[in-house]
Amino acid sequence: MAESITTEAPAGEEEHHGHGQPSFWSKYVFSTDHKMIAMQYMFTGIAMAMIGGFMAYAFRMQLAFPGIDVPGFGIVTPANYNALVTNHGAIMIFWVAMPVLIAAFGNFLIPLMCGCDDMVFPKVNRLSYQIFLLSSVVLLSSFFVEGGGFGGAWTAYPPLSAKAEYSLTPLGSTIWLVAVALEFVAFLLGGINFITTAMNSRAPGMKLYDIPIVVWMIVIASILFLVSVGPLIAGAIMLLFDQNLGTAFFDPARGGDPILWQHLFWFFGHPEVYVVLLPALGITAEIITVFSRKKLFGYRTVLHTTIATGVLSFTVWAHHQFIAGVDPRMAHVFTLTTLLISVPIAEMMFCYIATLYGGAIKLTTPMLWGLSFIAEFLIGGVTGIFLGASGADVYFHDTYFVLAHFHYTFYPIAIIGTFAGLTFWFPKMFGRMMNERLGKIHFWGSIIPFNFIFIPLFVLGMGGQHRRIYDYSNFPELALPWMQDVRVLATSALLVMLSFQLVFIYNFIVSLRSGPKAEKNPWKSNTLEWTTDSPPPHGNWKELPTVYRGPYEYSLPDREDDYWPQDQPS
Amino acid sequence: MIESLVPAGSTYAWEIDYLFTMMFVVVGFWFFACEGMFFWLIWKFRAKDGQRAQHITGDEKHLHRWISIPHMLVLICDIFILVGAVKVWYDIKQDLPPAEKIVRVIGQQWTWTFVHPGSDGVLDTADDIYKVNELHLQKDVLYHYKLEAVDVLHDFSVPIFRLKQDAIPGRVITGWFEPTLAGEFDIQCAEICGIGHGLMAARVFVEGADEHTAWMDFETPLALAANSLLPPRSGEE
Repeated sequence: MAESITTEAPAGEEEHHGHGQPSFWSKYVFSTDHKMIAMQYMFTGIAMAMIGGFMAYAFRMQLAFPGIDVPGFGIVTPANYNALVTNHGAIMIFWVAMPVLIAAFGNFLIPLMCGCDDMVFPKVNRLSYQIFLLSSVVLLSSFFVEGGGFGGAWTAYPPLSAKAEYSLTPLGSTIWLVAVALEFVAFLLGGINFITTAMNSRAPGMKLYDIPIVVWMIVIASILFLVSVGPLIAGAIMLLFDQNLGTAFFDPARGGDPILWQHLFWFFGHPEVYVVLLPALGITAEIITVFSRKKLFGYRTVLHTTIATGVLSFTVWAHHQFIAGVDPRMAHVFTLTTLLISVPIAEMMFCYIATLYGGAIKLTTPMLWGLSFIAEFLIGGVTGIFLGASGADVYFHDTYFVLAHFHYTFYPIAIIGTFAGLTFWFPKMFGRMMNERLGKIHFWGSIIPFNFIFIPLFVLGMGGQHRRIYDYSNFPELALPWMQDVRVLATSALLVMLSFQLVFIYNFIVSLRSGPKAEKNPWKSNTLEWTTDSPPPHGNWKELPTVYRGPYEYSLPDREDDYWPQDQPS
Repeated sequence: MIESLVPAGSTYAWEIDYLFTMMFVVVGFWFFACEGMFFWLIWKFRAKDGQRAQHITGDEKHLHRWISIPHMLVLICDIFILVGAVKVWYDIKQDLPPAEKIVRVIGQQWTWTFVHPGSDGVLDTADDIYKVNELHLQKDVLYHYKLEAVDVLHDFSVPIFRLKQDAIPGRVITGWFEPTLAGEFDIQCAEICGIGHGLMAARVFVEGADEHTAWMDFETPLALAANSLLPPRSGEE
């Protein structure tokens, strides 16, 4: 790390608008500073979220008003529809949740919360972002080739994804696969950095149990990713060969097996849920402790259950394949492991809820986001049990019940987690405070419509509506008038939710330019990032901090202040 | 609860509905307990002037009970759900009661082909009745299905039977159902299979014995004539 710890942090540089030596290119584009790379990931992720959101708008309009000329998009053909749902899913998970939650918050927080000046491998870090940016460009380009974007669902099951004569997207499916593979390379490089930095370059005095939970969560998520992604990269290469070189790994007519892909995909795919879940849970932990002025209830329990969840997450993958044609006896094993994984997650949730007990809870905007994460994620968690129970999954598999369930996990993760983190660390990232009033308007304008989108979809799923159909009028039992009304309701709620995001964009830009200046520690928090200037200078501290205690020592009875920063000597 | 939206039309449909209701009660209890506790705590411990938060670590034994006891209770609930799920799954997917009739179901982009045994009641004979997107069944008869796919993955889904099974090219998957409700219902493809996935709809006609026999008597001579023109089905045992 660190060729220079103090020399590049002259006193004047905390003024972000100061025109220092570095050129535009070296400061914003080819920077190796972890904070700048975090911002690059953040803004790329948010840009991709807008694209993914626009896709949702286009296909939800088609579902509510089949055949309509969608304003801003046009007619949604079946091929368009499949490409939109496929890429909406892929983008929101791989190009939004991953870059924002792991890469942006990981990059920003790990060095700052561990008290070091940068990542251990800054140039690897820069390379990671550049590969990620390349993968985004590659993905988006797949829409503009002959045949259009890939439309075989984000799970890309062969033989549909393996043969152009089935998918009818000869170039789109290959480009899509290359983009996904590049994205994995980017996060492998990033993950190596996160783990190494958090394990090897913490401030003196910071023991393992003094590490803030969010850093632990990002490290564990990175380990899960590193361990699980190998089989899928192998699978992706095999699929690429099947598509382009005439191999038959997944072609049953020539001795291959399409089910093999499903195992490789879900062996990665299920841990992947936890890869993005954990950072969001960590962000929530930081926020609820600060705004309830409480120590995290059972720090060690939370940490140990996180590790247990991580280990168990490798044993549940085939609950996605109950009805895929694998041996029916296998379902019993995976129902058991799936129900088991509910135990550590439930325990973690109990710890979070218990943290509120005896607190002095202030409902600031970040706190509202943090609390809503718990409230909404619970719905996602409990509905998962219906799908993990093999007997019930026979009916619910591939219905809108599944879709509503995972949106109740991924919306809290990718959207609520992001807004929670962004509103909480905005003062540290940009040195300004955000407008609270607009923040709350945006919060309620996002949360209420969100529930109006997805609660109705649970009902449609119970009514037998299955997924990835561009127009339900071909199925008499799914074309009932009440069902269409529910679809219109969900789409209307989506439109309301999307329009409220303008409030956030406005708040973001105005606060960035003219919000009140943020002090070092506006929330009176304990963790190390709040002990340096806002925003932190290059190198983070003029003198690197020393740590004396854990991160959540709030409201100690014998101290005057209700917080006790980690770097203050006793 | 499911049956209020989709009628239960097979012998095992009620098992799934019952399992769902049981889970809904168990899971619903935990859900409302957690959310209730959560909102109560937010209201009860809202910041008040001059009142400090308490310092609670949650690591002491008497405090940790608040986590470990619910933990055990969740585990017990999980066992109930597990037993129910395994039982239902076993009955539907693992246990294969002897068939009274066999139908072949073939998925391909983007139609379903149903092969019904003709009057002789046996598949792969000259009087097999081939139907596209039309499955004719006799009420209260236990059927086995032989599920095949020609090109990509499909999924044979009959919501009123609570039946769903992926079809995989290169494999023949055997399962069963016994229709109990006469009428005409949806068959859907529930696994994305290309741009025509949204068109891959078929209908199942569940008929009483007389009606079904009448249908078969009408179709069998046509089938005999049609099948005599076709080459024998290749790769068939």
